Amino acid sequence: MLRDAWAIFMKDLRIELRTRVGLWQVLPFAAISLILFSFALGPKAQILAKGAAGMTWVGVLFATFLVVGRSQALERGTGVSEAQRLAGVDPAGMFLGKSAAVSVQLLAIELLLGIGAKLLLHMPIERIWLLVVSSVLATVGLAAVGTLYGALVAGARARETLLPMLVLPVLVPVLISAVRCWQAASVVSGLAVGEWLSILATFAVVYLAAGIILYGQVQESQ
Amino acid sequence: MKRHGLTITGAVAAVTLVMTAILGIAITPPDVTQKEYARFLYLHPPMAWVAYLAFGVAALSSILYLWPRTRRPYFDHLALAAVESGVLFTGLVLVTGSMWAEPVWGTYWVWDARLTATALMFVMFLGYLALRRMGGTTEQIARRAAIVALISSINVPLVHFSVLWWNTLHQGPSVLTPGLSSQGVHGAMAWTMLLSFVAFTCLFVWMVGRRIRLEQLRSGVGNTVLNDAIAARLAEGDVVGVSA
Repeated sequence: MLRDAWAIFMKDLRIELRTRVGLWQVLPFAAISLILFSFALGPKAQILAKGAAGMTWVGVLFATFLVVGRSQALERGTGVSEAQRLAGVDPAGMFLGKSAAVSVQLLAIELLLGIGAKLLLHMPIERIWLLVVSSVLATVGLAAVGTLYGALVAGARARETLLPMLVLPVLVPVLISAVRCWQAASVVSGLAVGEWLSILATFAVVYLAAGIILYGQVQESQ
Repeated sequence: MKRHGLTITGAVAAVTLVMTAILGIAITPPDVTQKEYARFLYLHPPMAWVAYLAFGVAALSSILYLWPRTRRPYFDHLALAAVESGVLFTGLVLVTGSMWAEPVWGTYWVWDARLTATALMFVMFLGYLALRRMGGTTEQIARRAAIVALISSINVPLVHFSVLWWNTLHQGPSVLTPGLSSQGVHGAMAWTMLLSFVAFTCLFVWMVGRRIRLEQLRSGVGNTVLNDAIAARLAEGDVVGVSA
């Protein structure tokens, strides 16, 4: 399983490095979403700083759909899925590999948006370890859910509209928890984060387990 | 469930619903603080209970469908019927809750934990119904739908706790607490409320049973149409073969 996961992970990242779709399409989209949110809230630094964490994570959620859509599009090439089945790729390994590749891309986007939030939205950063830990946990959850649902709707009509409808309500716990952790990271102390980190960790573990168990069934439904 | 069992359940639902309406409107007194608006107690909590029951049934039947040893079309039909009823009752819970909240809380909507979680549950299971209409074979649709129902059900507690810690204003549980009378729901009001739970549960069972029957008939008609089409094409082939 892990060998297959590594192979799929490297394959997806290699394709992304060669095509640079993430660099030229997804990153600019995430950046422009941050700027648009700023226009919506106005130029006052205090208001922007207060909403920075929320705006950043809503931008990450939107970017997730693009990254997941791109990740699943790689599997829709002629004969790709048949070749993978003939090669005996373990569905659980495939899920883990694709989730890991999506996670790496999302972390890169979060890094860029985090810098944008600091520079453009004046978000204070006091506890950087909390930013890193919460971002990694949230990203694993986002990638696991996105990969699972992305594969699920891959064969359906109107998948572009169906995916956000199915995934956004599921991702609400990640959005709330990640925003709260980032807000807590902007102050030296005082805001408890144990509950939010536990939700992020539970979410990531539950959906990784669900993906490992169900991805074979998802592939059979395509 | 046998057809006469379903008919009896439907009759029990009709009788208990009428009794709930009579007791709720004419017999029970208004509440000291909430006045007449307390009568929502006989609608809103039982509907919420049925909504959660429906999604629980959908999750369980989806597991049974996904498990190869128990995979039968019946469990897919059961999950579909339960989710359709669940979405209906969740929508009604949101509507009746807003109608009650406006005079009592002074607003139709607040970002309270239970309200938000219920609204999200409503949207999640609307997604389930949307997914079923996006094409594919019967087997593909059933399998995808079962996975979505299962994942959505797993997510309910996560959504609940995240929005609970995020913000809560809702009053505590009205029924599922020890000592019903100590919660302020007592006497005729308590019995009417419990009767309403029985009534709505029977209504749910009857609706699900009828919907399963309808889905079985629909898939039966689909199979008949398909078989007729195959037979017609085969007959055409015979004619072509004879003429050639």
